[in-house]
Amino acid sequence: MKYKSQKLAYWFFALSMLLLTLQIVYGFIMAFAHMGYDGLHPVIAFNTARAVHTNLLVVWLLSGFMGAAYYIIPEESEHELVNVKLGYVQLITLALVGVVAIIGYHFNYWEGRKFLEIPRPLDYLVVVNVLTFLGIILATLYKGKQRTTTALVMTMGLVFAALLYLPGMIWFDNQTMDSFFRWWVVHLWVEGVWELIMGGILAFLLIKITGVDREVIEKWLYVIVGLTFISGILGTGHHYYYIGAPKYWLIIGGVFSALEPLAFLGMALFAVAMYRKGEKKHPNKIALSWTLGTAIVSFVGAGLLGFAHTLPQVNMYTHGTLVTAMHGHLAFWGAYAMIVLAIISYTLPNLTGRKLYDSTTGVLAFWLSNIGMVGMTVAFGVAGVAQVYLERKMGVEFGDVQKEIQVHFVVLAICATMFTTGIGLFIYEFIKYGQPTDEALVA
Amino acid sequence: MLSKSQARLFFLGGTIITFLIFIGLSWHSLSVEVPKKTHEENITAGVIRGKHLWEDNNCMGCHTIMGEGAYYAPELTKVIERRGEGYVKAVLTSKTSWAPRGRKMVPYAFSEADAAALIEYLTWIGNTDLNGFPPKPEYKSTINPK
Repeated sequence: MKYKSQKLAYWFFALSMLLLTLQIVYGFIMAFAHMGYDGLHPVIAFNTARAVHTNLLVVWLLSGFMGAAYYIIPEESEHELVNVKLGYVQLITLALVGVVAIIGYHFNYWEGRKFLEIPRPLDYLVVVNVLTFLGIILATLYKGKQRTTTALVMTMGLVFAALLYLPGMIWFDNQTMDSFFRWWVVHLWVEGVWELIMGGILAFLLIKITGVDREVIEKWLYVIVGLTFISGILGTGHHYYYIGAPKYWLIIGGVFSALEPLAFLGMALFAVAMYRKGEKKHPNKIALSWTLGTAIVSFVGAGLLGFAHTLPQVNMYTHGTLVTAMHGHLAFWGAYAMIVLAIISYTLPNLTGRKLYDSTTGVLAFWLSNIGMVGMTVAFGVAGVAQVYLERKMGVEFGDVQKEIQVHFVVLAICATMFTTGIGLFIYEFIKYGQPTDEALVA
Repeated sequence: MLSKSQARLFFLGGTIITFLIFIGLSWHSLSVEVPKKTHEENITAGVIRGKHLWEDNNCMGCHTIMGEGAYYAPELTKVIERRGEGYVKAVLTSKTSWAPRGRKMVPYAFSEADAAALIEYLTWIGNTDLNGFPPKPEYKSTINPK
């Protein structure tokens, strides 16, 4: 690392690892419930496990993005973070809000709106927290020596992500309107502005790892984020097919969603092309694997599997079934979890000064978690497709269908065990690196 | 060959154009179409109370409504039409876990008034125009057609 204040990033990454571990635990609770083993039901009902699982995902990814920003922005703008102490306060309050929300979910304290379950009073604290974060980042950029495209794209993503949180805080009496604006948050985050954050981190990693000229990488970054917004903004329409919105969304959502994989394809081709073009052979092979991995798996998970059920005539049957869980798992894993793990893999040796990156453990972590997640996706897919045909086409009762597809959750749990082993190894490596130190500073 | 400033123009131009179209369509949807398709005039105090109860108890954490939610318990958009008010009321007011086919629901033991509000909410949802969702099953046994 080049700036002392970059050490702040480490603690956001550590929080991410902790929350990821918890997320997996709650995932297993749900998998077992789907198999029929719901012994925990009186204490942790399914809706609790579900809210905890998805909210932990959001918080650990955001914590990872924040850590990434605290590492990348000083380096890109050539300036220390303006206020490190405030950064630590922001870290602690983020963790506190997260913990309070999650405990609340166990006591029926929530706002039952998918992905946005955090109760309203805590929403305001989230807003204050994110404003603090943005304040530090923007002030650092302002005082910095330079404003690179990479830093600007990433910051733009973070600012828009904060702004888009607001429509989700308005009350509507009408369920359709509620849902309409809920997707402004959820969809425009994950299929819009989060891709700017991902693109920014990816560009930073590619510049560092491949050594390809910044001008070339940043030019293509513009093209990719351009494709993302052109397809993604109107692609929101695929959430408006069957919730009481007008029919024209079927056409608009269908056409623009079909274009969404292009942005991810662009990302994958871009990463692979830059890797091939690069003459520098960076020794951190693990970071390279995660970087190329995120570009490729996001194309498969978010791009292709999204497209698999986004056409209106398909979505009519798959909407509200386990097919969505199939797409959701590989999409979040490929696009967002892997980019966070990539930036962690790249920064840890720099933050701690220990070059532990040619270990077998790291390679195993990468492959086990990826193969495990692909297996889980297949299990969800098989269960989902069976559900669609039995329930939606044949008219078999919901509960009977769930009995039929229980077995696929056994497969899911086996694959999830493999995935968890991979993540366990990743965290083991994380701990082995130890804490960041000023001795790791390089001129 | 594409220059960096052309790439930036593509990004900014594309974003602004699609964003404006999106805002225009959203405005049209919400001010003209959605009130008609959802029969907004039928949103009574009971429906609103039902929506509050729906959210306060995170029903979406297991069920789906309008196809949105979790996939652990049945889709409820047309539940009143499918099961009738009596059945739904029995589930909502039950003091023990309702567990058809073994899968348990949280025993909410709602009061009569709360159950009535939730039923009003579900009835209103059931009458919204969702462009054909949920689809009607299309097959019957073809081995022994009767």
